[in-house]
Amino acid sequence: MKVSDIVSELGLKVCSGEQGLDREIKGGYTSDLLSDVMGNADADQVWVTLQTHKNIMAIASLKELAAVILVKGYEPEADAAEQSNVEGIPILSSEEEAFELTGKLYKLISD
Amino acid sequence: MDFKFDIEGGNFSKAGSASSDVKKVLKKLNVDPKLIKRIVVSIYEAEVNVVAHAYEGEMNVSIFPEKIVVRIVDKGPGIPDIDLAMQKGYSTASPAVREMGFGAGMGLPNIKKNTNELNIKSEVGVGTEVELINYLN
Ligand SMILES: Nc1ncnc2c1ncn2[C@@H]1O[C@H](COP(=O)(O)OP(=O)(O)OP(=O)(O)O)[C@@H](O)[C@H]1O
Ligand SMILES: [Mg+2]
Repeated sequence: MKVSDIVSELGLKVCSGEQGLDREIKGGYTSDLLSDVMGNADADQVWVTLQTHKNIMAIASLKELAAVILVKGYEPEADAAEQSNVEGIPILSSEEEAFELTGKLYKLISD
Repeated sequence: MDFKFDIEGGNFSKAGSASSDVKKVLKKLNVDPKLIKRIVVSIYEAEVNVVAHAYEGEMNVSIFPEKIVVRIVDKGPGIPDIDLAMQKGYSTASPAVREMGFGAGMGLPNIKKNTNELNIKSEVGVGTEVELINYLN
């Protein structure tokens, strides 16, 4: 499954990092604590969070995540979006809350 | 081979940039990707601790045939009780820092878990030195 597949299946908005839309996805991680993500997420996962600042991109890049999905309609801060474009790691946005979105993502990715 | 990168205390918009530079160096030297992953987790946590808790610091990387040593040295308040600081969940991070998702008290435990050898020296009112040693096999 590619990032572009979850964008179309879940109706996500692509906020930045479009050139990374064909990155391959292997699972996901949902958390708003940065050290938790640093310690427990794996490469090629999508990260579901409500954090919108630039540090999410530092983590996404260091961990080689496939994409970051912001919940509840949040948008990335300008410098986060800029970094996402530089790294080619998309930031996506969903109108849903973390619980609903994670459930749908889990089903989609594990099917 | 030695490399040195500066870390700015308090500047969250640059947090992780030293770690990112070190990652590039390790990749270029063809270090085992699994080891790079572990080192990246621990140096990022040590770097963010300088940003969140200290005033300024640097990251020194020394690469030997048998091991990679990273020393993160800062000028800052120091750590009064290192055993306490090592406990999962212990944090003195400010409310503003917590709001950003830092301050879970998971950084030092993450470092411990991902490093062969961790040495912390700290002097209150002076600063902290975190040494991470990983062996190449
Ligand atoms: N370089 C440092 N200088 C001064 N105090 C430090 C330093 N590194 C860690 N500490 C102290 O140790 C505590 C625990 O550190 P740890 O990295 O485990 O958690 P944290 O930084 O508070 O939160 P997290 O890493 O989960 O974002 C810190 O809250 C702080 O009190
Ligand atoms: Mg920390």
